[in-house]
Amino acid sequence: MTINPAGVAALIGTAVLLVLPSVVPPYYVGLMIPFFGYAIALLGFNLLFGYTGLLSFGHAMFLGLGAYGAAVMSGVLGVKSFELVLLAVMLGSAVVALPIALLCARYVGIFFGMLTLAFGMLFYSFLFKFYHLTGGDSGMRVPRMNILGLTFDRYNKIEFLAGPFYYYCLALLIIAGLVMWRIVHSPFGLHLKTIRDNSRKAEYLGVHVHRFRLAAFVISAVFGAVGGAILAFRVGLADPELVYWTQSGQLVFMAVLGGFSNFFGPIIGALTYTLLQDQLQSLTEYWRSMLGIILALIVIGFPGGIAGLAFDLQRRLARRRQ
Amino acid sequence: MSAFANILAGGVFHAAVLFLVAAGLQLVFGVQKIVNLACGSFYALGAYFGITFISYASHLGVSPWLIFPGLIVSGILLGFIGPPIERVLRTVYGRDESFQLLLTFALVLIFQDVFKFIWGANPRSLDSAYLIYGILSTGNFSMPVYNLFVILAAIAIAGGLGLFLQQTNYGRLLRATAENRSMAEALGVDVRRIYSAVFTLGAVLGTTAGALVVPTAAASLDMAIEFVIEAFAVVVIGGLGSMRGALVGALIVGLIRALSIVFFPELEVLAIYLIVIGVLIFRPAGLFGRSLV
Repeated sequence: MTINPAGVAALIGTAVLLVLPSVVPPYYVGLMIPFFGYAIALLGFNLLFGYTGLLSFGHAMFLGLGAYGAAVMSGVLGVKSFELVLLAVMLGSAVVALPIALLCARYVGIFFGMLTLAFGMLFYSFLFKFYHLTGGDSGMRVPRMNILGLTFDRYNKIEFLAGPFYYYCLALLIIAGLVMWRIVHSPFGLHLKTIRDNSRKAEYLGVHVHRFRLAAFVISAVFGAVGGAILAFRVGLADPELVYWTQSGQLVFMAVLGGFSNFFGPIIGALTYTLLQDQLQSLTEYWRSMLGIILALIVIGFPGGIAGLAFDLQRRLARRRQ
Repeated sequence: MSAFANILAGGVFHAAVLFLVAAGLQLVFGVQKIVNLACGSFYALGAYFGITFISYASHLGVSPWLIFPGLIVSGILLGFIGPPIERVLRTVYGRDESFQLLLTFALVLIFQDVFKFIWGANPRSLDSAYLIYGILSTGNFSMPVYNLFVILAAIAIAGGLGLFLQQTNYGRLLRATAENRSMAEALGVDVRRIYSAVFTLGAVLGTTAGALVVPTAAASLDMAIEFVIEAFAVVVIGGLGSMRGALVGALIVGLIRALSIVFFPELEVLAIYLIVIGVLIFRPAGLFGRSLV
């Protein structure tokens, strides 16, 4: 029996995340919530970027759809079940993503990036300017919802986030990871990789390139909405900053930091980025430039990201053993 | 009618500044095939430096007539940051375009903190410095003379750039490199030096635009990030890599912005992106671009 190192790493990672709340202070447990949100969104983002070769520079739009969808569902319509909200934002995000994908997926490379950026900014300015609908720059409140039908009234918000909601999001991440693993290792995923590597050849082989790009776009949007809903749940607010183009840049940053050519890269990237940003922010007010320097170093020196580095290291060790 | 003329004048002024930044973006993309997000940071750098320059100048009692040329000169001098930054970008030439885009994004993040370190986090502005040359007014129409100068300067720069690219030997080398890098290199063009020069020229256009705009608007940390998006819209509408496209795109964006601020304030930015999307759908290469898809 061969041992799949990726599977082992995933199991170890899950085990660590399971015991984490009883080991580290609640503050860091709370910090894990945005990590879960970003990690789920990045799993989707990387289906588009890493596997299909389409770099979206407006992907924060779908985070925003999830966040505002949660705000509308729970705050305006009074839906208190987070599962229902999740289903609704997933559906809503797919419905919004489809026409956008129809337009964007005709292009690749820099044009795809610019078109997604334009759509993202369109959505941002809609959120920003239509004050009576979206609350403008002050955003929309996202009231606390129940999970799995349980309200956890005894817990205050911080306890709730560090306790039940933590495990809930961890479960969501595992489900999202398993679903995505199935997707990228299915014939569908192989089609996407073929399209990425040589779209013309794929077309010759009878692959409906456009249709596959559409599907990848919509799936990634659905994952993005789930991530956005989690982020908004934690802060209790959906605000337009979540959709601004720098946020999309941050998603790309996380994917590249972790290594977008590896399945687990984006998850590692989300974790590293979240911890790094938190540490840098408490260390210096110039944390942005620190992040910028790190990004520049990775882009120049380690294009494989953290996962790529780990992979190289493992291979070098294996060679030495031989 | 004159209200309309006022709006138009405002729009053309905005278009003049936009054109300069967009022209820098175009030049760098046209020759080096890099989308330089940091052009917005050059713009902000010019603006902050312009503020410092004007406050010193008024402190020393320099004649107001030296302010305008002084701003242009400081914009040009700031171009010296071009070559070292180009040196950093050189590490990713020939790599995937997403890496190039990300590296310039990293520069945006770094620059933002540099501005914060030197000039502080609060927006900096000058009290009505745009009135130094008085106001031109006939009937209800009025326009600061300073704004007129900026528009004229932008026209002069546009003309100069056009002449430079079309008529001079160096301009021909630039265009040849843009057309076919390896062929130009094979024919003996020093492409490395051309890249450095082009990037610096692009930076100078950005810093000059920033320096010129600062008497009329505040310099803030967000301006780089906000403006690069607008310049991006210009470039997409006009067509990537096309100078004429930058000019027309800047006019379209500038005028739409001015009109919608007056008539439909909600649609200000929305209108610009609707046009961007429309152009990308019906003419993906932009109004003046050559098809790259």
